[in-house]
Amino acid sequence: MIQGPDLPTWAAVIVGLLLLTGAATTLIGTLGLLQLKSFYERVHAPTLGTTLGAALILAASMVSFSVLQSRPVIHEILIGVFVTLTTPVTLMLLARAAIYRDRSEGASRVPTDGPRRTPRA
Amino acid sequence: MSTLFLALVITASQILLGLSMLCAAYRMARGPRAQDRVLGLDALYLGAMLLLVTYGIQTGRSLYFEAALAIGLLGFAGTVALAKFLMRGEVIE
Repeated sequence: MIQGPDLPTWAAVIVGLLLLTGAATTLIGTLGLLQLKSFYERVHAPTLGTTLGAALILAASMVSFSVLQSRPVIHEILIGVFVTLTTPVTLMLLARAAIYRDRSEGASRVPTDGPRRTPRA
Repeated sequence: MSTLFLALVITASQILLGLSMLCAAYRMARGPRAQDRVLGLDALYLGAMLLLVTYGIQTGRSLYFEAALAIGLLGFAGTVALAKFLMRGEVIE
């Protein structure tokens, strides 16, 4: 049996829109994880879910709880801040590890460094 | 009326999040190399966290929020540890 919170209509529309768009965005991100060809392209895909998808779903949760308890409930911001801060760190560490592994094996299609500036003597 | 609408929408978004977790699990099981598997695990725990938030909206309890927060904290530590392991071959140097 499916159930849902007892919200007024305007809040139900807002929460439903935010939830559906957030879930669809997350799904699009992980579909990119399936579809893209190389690891260095794939590492970008799930960030769609960690930024926009998470933000929309957490906003839906904030609206729903605020209307239900008729006071502002914003503790979901904790999850949002935490996820947004940690995702770049983890994915950069992972990409550096992948570059290190590929270079040590002498793989062919490894991203190169950018143009390196020589320090002035 | 609005409760039924919201229940249907919440169930639909839970199905979408479940599909995204399936995609991530496929990448984790089939990833050609270890870094692809770690990336799949990262996307998988993110999907689980968002799914818990939608359960929290559905039931109106704050229990699920705390579980989602714990997943967010521990998943970060797990991915960083796995990336360090891929880089150096050991987690703590």
